Amino acid sequence: MHIDKDLVAASATPLVLGILADGELYGYAILKRVAELSGGRMEWTDGMLYPLLHRLERLGYVAASWGTSEVGRRRKHYSLTPSGRALLRERQDQWEVVADALRKAWESTQRPLLADGLA
Amino acid sequence: MTDVDLEAQIARWRSFVTRRQAIAPADVDELEDHLRGQVEDLRTTGLSDDEAFLIAIGRLGNLDTVSREFAREHSERLWKQLALVPRDADSGLSPAWRDLAVALGCAVGAGAAIKAGGTWIRPEDTFVRNAPLLVMPFVATYLAWQRRVSTRVYGVLLLGFVALALVLNLYPYDPAGSTGALAALHGPVLMWLLVGVAYVGGRWRSDERRMDAVRFTGELAIYYTLLAIGGGVLTGLTGGVLGLLGADVDTILGNWVMPFAVPGALLVAVWLVEAKKSVVENLAPVLTKVFTPLTILMLLAVLGVLATSGDLSHVDRQALIVMDAILILVECLLLYAISARDPLARVGVFDVLQLVLVVVALLVDAVMLAAMVSRIAEYGSSPNKLATLGVNLLLLVHLACTAWLELGFLRGRRPFATVERWQTRYLLVYGAWALLVVVGFGPIFRFA
Repeated sequence: MHIDKDLVAASATPLVLGILADGELYGYAILKRVAELSGGRMEWTDGMLYPLLHRLERLGYVAASWGTSEVGRRRKHYSLTPSGRALLRERQDQWEVVADALRKAWESTQRPLLADGLA
Repeated sequence: MTDVDLEAQIARWRSFVTRRQAIAPADVDELEDHLRGQVEDLRTTGLSDDEAFLIAIGRLGNLDTVSREFAREHSERLWKQLALVPRDADSGLSPAWRDLAVALGCAVGAGAAIKAGGTWIRPEDTFVRNAPLLVMPFVATYLAWQRRVSTRVYGVLLLGFVALALVLNLYPYDPAGSTGALAALHGPVLMWLLVGVAYVGGRWRSDERRMDAVRFTGELAIYYTLLAIGGGVLTGLTGGVLGLLGADVDTILGNWVMPFAVPGALLVAVWLVEAKKSVVENLAPVLTKVFTPLTILMLLAVLGVLATSGDLSHVDRQALIVMDAILILVECLLLYAISARDPLARVGVFDVLQLVLVVVALLVDAVMLAAMVSRIAEYGSSPNKLATLGVNLLLLVHLACTAWLELGFLRGRRPFATVERWQTRYLLVYGAWALLVVVGFGPIFRFA
């Protein structure tokens, strides 16, 4: 399913923060988790994740450390910092408000839409 | 596709991505880890290496877009390319630091040599004649060291500098004569050719390497000018403040700061050009494009004044010397413009402008030659006049052939490479002429 890129951009930060809240991960694993959580319906341009992670790192929401993968490759791991955790909570509250409002708005418009369809 | 192919594909991709300024080497590592993870996962679903690689690359996204995103996050990287030495030099002395250390060592050496020479070499004009000889060997040494040249090249350099030192100091120049001054003026040309030999790592027969040496010289001029301006402002301000505070700084500046700063800046500029080749190279074409039209206007003005001044044999001697300097400058500009041009680029407006510049310079040179010949006919010859005449003849041949070859290029008859090759080959002719003036003029004119 194609998802509008503004929506992807807006949800990327809370999604990444939420995934990292479960523990340290590296880039590719984060993307796999995104695919898993959305049932493969959210498709990101993979390369775009890294500038985002770097931005979050610069702002102090995530901490990065270099390690090695199981086959000995250099791998950068990201983990949530306390201020990242605080940001995540803040975003969760905001998204809940938005999601709530959307749900209510769509519930009330559902009937006229259906009526149109039946007419 | 085998594992080897996959590795080759990834290596190619890496070198392609590494060229993006906004994507740092560490980011490339990170992206590579991602790419490999993706490829491995795709392979387990039964895809071939080739398919897996293509899909993984596709998912990574358009490189331009990704690179732009990196640039937005790391805009400083587009500028910080000028960083002098890599900051993450984790273990020991990195090559970049070692280069800088050796360059600074050579700079101090050149400064000390100039300081010692200025103190002990008397009279003044002997020191002036020897001053380049006290600096250039350090430049050549640094470049030779940096290029790890063979012992043979070191030998050639040593021999060249020693021979020049012997000629400049053992010839019994008449202090009132001009051959000593001519040798002092032409000596640095030969020394710079030796520096060029060091720069090209001894491979001076290669046209491409010689063109590199030309580019290097041009870049060096830019860097040195920038350093000189900065240094001038800094010493001026410091001297001004200290002077107002009542400290006597003129003697310190003259006796200690200048002897070290002037040759030192040259070495630092050499190091800078080498350390950051790629940054200012982009400036060279722009600079030549700015100055080529301006120089054409200047030469036209000179030509106009010459044409209306009447009798050529009465053109002021000083004016001829200044015009010679202008022509040499034009020559440098031309050489630099040619060195900065992409030989594969198509014919453009600038190529026409360049031909105009060459033709105008050719006309100025022809008028000057006429003036000189008539002066020699009227007042007789002298070492000075012959040296100037010689340079102007060389310039005439150089410019005439350049004009001819450029015309051929503009009409699509020749590739630009022939114009380039003519320039790099002709450099040796200037060298030979300088050698004649330095070594031959003294004995020929009995050191007058």
